[in-house]
Amino acid sequence: MAAASACRGAGCGPHCSSPSAAGAEEGAPAERMGRLSIAAGATTTCGKCDGGGPAVAVSGGAGMCQECFRAYLFGKFKLAVTSNAMVRPTDAVLLAFSGGPASRVALQFIHEMQSKAIQSWETSNLQALPAFGVGVGFVDESALSVRPEHETETATEDIKSIVSSLSPGNKQVHFAPLGDVFSSGSKDKAARLKEVLGMIDDETGRDDFVQCLRMLSLQKIALENGYTKIMLGTCASGIACHVLSATVKGQGYSLPADVQYVDTRWEVPVVLPLHDCLAQELSLLCELDSLKTQQLLDRPCSGINSLVASFVTRLREENPSREHTILRTAQKLKPFPFNKFSANGYHDFLPSRLRPKFQNVDTNESTFSEILCLICGSPFSESELQNLENTKHKAQKKIDLYTAHCCQSCHFQILPAATDTYAHFFSLLPKFWTEKVDAASASNSSLRDQIEDYLLEEDDVN
Amino acid sequence: MGSSVADGAKLQPSRAGSRLCVRCGERKAALKRPKTLEQICRECFYIVFEDEIHQTIVDNSLFKSGERVAIGASGGKDSTVLAYVLSELNRRHNYGLDLFLLSVDEGITGYRDDSLETVKRNEIQYGLPLKIVSYKDLYGWTMDDIVKAIGLKNNCTFCGVFRRQALDRGAALLKADKIVTGHNADDIAETVLLNILRGDIARLSRCTFITTGEDGPIPRCKPFKYTYEKEIVMYAYFKKLDYFSTECIYSPNAYRGFAREFIKDLERMRPRAILDIIKSGENFRISTTTKMPEQGTCERCGYISSQRLCKACVLLDGLNRGLPKLGIGRTKAGDGKEHAKHSERSTSSLQGKHGNFDF
Repeated sequence: MAAASACRGAGCGPHCSSPSAAGAEEGAPAERMGRLSIAAGATTTCGKCDGGGPAVAVSGGAGMCQECFRAYLFGKFKLAVTSNAMVRPTDAVLLAFSGGPASRVALQFIHEMQSKAIQSWETSNLQALPAFGVGVGFVDESALSVRPEHETETATEDIKSIVSSLSPGNKQVHFAPLGDVFSSGSKDKAARLKEVLGMIDDETGRDDFVQCLRMLSLQKIALENGYTKIMLGTCASGIACHVLSATVKGQGYSLPADVQYVDTRWEVPVVLPLHDCLAQELSLLCELDSLKTQQLLDRPCSGINSLVASFVTRLREENPSREHTILRTAQKLKPFPFNKFSANGYHDFLPSRLRPKFQNVDTNESTFSEILCLICGSPFSESELQNLENTKHKAQKKIDLYTAHCCQSCHFQILPAATDTYAHFFSLLPKFWTEKVDAASASNSSLRDQIEDYLLEEDDVN
Repeated sequence: MGSSVADGAKLQPSRAGSRLCVRCGERKAALKRPKTLEQICRECFYIVFEDEIHQTIVDNSLFKSGERVAIGASGGKDSTVLAYVLSELNRRHNYGLDLFLLSVDEGITGYRDDSLETVKRNEIQYGLPLKIVSYKDLYGWTMDDIVKAIGLKNNCTFCGVFRRQALDRGAALLKADKIVTGHNADDIAETVLLNILRGDIARLSRCTFITTGEDGPIPRCKPFKYTYEKEIVMYAYFKKLDYFSTECIYSPNAYRGFAREFIKDLERMRPRAILDIIKSGENFRISTTTKMPEQGTCERCGYISSQRLCKACVLLDGLNRGLPKLGIGRTKAGDGKEHAKHSERSTSSLQGKHGNFDF
């Protein structure tokens, strides 16, 4: 159980809205904290400011006092935000909040950046750079597990009170049940969600599928409410877990797409400002700063994702900086063109002193034509592309096209075992996913429609 | 497992052993294939096992007719099965290979001497000539001597570096065109993981190659790249092959152990995970700007090396000069200044300490 929750959102990379409070909400947080402070006990003064005060240790390094520790984490966050141009002054940022320490810290930090922006807007004469907006999105997964109603209510209230305590800057909170992503025509969305999940045999597959839905929910909230960025609290520990679990699932090719700071393959771009912070550090900060977290509604991850999480926990015990090393390995892999914001006109909004940083981004890669998996959004590897091409040429059934648009990993762990249930399975999926394939194949199928009456093969008709 | 037996009516109900083989449908299923969990009979198992290896050999054009191929034989299960299967396939499919066994005697009393006895028996059983090269002859040290000198820590570094070179030298001595080793899918998956864990992108990019060292004098290949360890054991067990199954007395390596255990757990949960890891390893997008070590030759012995001296020469130098720690760790070979800088940095910096895995 402890191991399972260690990766809350870990095996998920950018698909995760409840970003990796990894290791934080484990069974024995006190023990964990204890380890950190024991390490600190050796160093009585802060390694940074040489000031007194009780020091805390960061992974594998010297002790720091509370102030410096906070500044260290905030520095990492801010560096990630500014050097990747994550937030423009005109942006409205939707922060995906799970209630866990990682997204709690992200919320705190982005709030601080916003307060500062508001302050400088108010004091500046020109008022040229507006302050960006922040909203909070919470994906409610209570439909997936049986929970007493009062727990859900408490959690909801808590989240509202956490967000409302952050001012200035009015922050709206959006609660979205996971089932909402299913097409509005269906009467009972929760039932539909359960039916689809029931068709997925593989435990890991179900877990990953829920993560895909979670991302879709966030996209939906963002689109419907005019947000221009989605900010996740996915941290280094969560990414390290994802690196291993993606490798284990055979997604080596698409892996680099998920471990970058910026991911623009979705309609609303996703940013990961806590990319370089460890889960342990984030939960320690919550503890030190008494940032309230709310994890009543957390579901432990399962299957391979949970196995990987416990493996990473073990590695961390043996060497506290192992997660960073894993992350470093993944960062040596080549990212995809959609892993950065395109250069054109974008940086005009940046403060002038930052602009030079982005001048020499090469633009010839700015258009990407990657084929993405229908379900998980992974870019296709060569063999998957090959398969898709072959299917496009011979297949006339839409179901074949749908399946060819799923990556090999989703094919194995998410699609139902019996091929004759594919039609039903795809009909249940959120329209958002299937529509893309429909659009792509529209030209082809309309041709077919014209000659439909003259075709003899019955099973050929979709 | 026996819950959905349709033919349960005519056969004994739900005894797993009473099912028919899903492949031939004639004989009784004798085993559950570790790779696919299919229930098949012994004969079909032999067929699929051997055919998959044959397919791997053909698909990757591992051999050319007329080549002299050295089989790295330790007497353990992998190399024993490799020697057996390869000589079988060579005969059956007319590969036209000139096969022989090549063993390395590390000089570990109570371990290698016993396993070499096994290899000597294999020599007779499979009719393959055997050549043994020893550390003592090549380097003047046995592993027993080395362990006496340096203790049980880092001794595997010596053994690993020396063995790699010993195999090459033995093969060169016998004018082999290729060396085959018994590395199986589990080993490769494990290496992929370990390379991720320690951030070694250069090794990560080549650890899934089925043939390595093609630019060198004697390429090595791994016909068992896609063969599961469990199936190798199963094959050896059913065929009653004569192999040696004791762990090296100096071996237990905690890090390998970690990853190995993880892979075993994974396999239990999803057998195809091992193949998936290998697939991931093959498909990683290694950036072209990633710095790869330059391949040169050792100034002293002429063996391939990315440094001025090859690792074996550095280690040997240390042993002979009574400084066995020389060449162990992250420092560059024989560079005193570098060493000082490194140790200075590692005491003061926050990052850069991500351990050192030994093989």
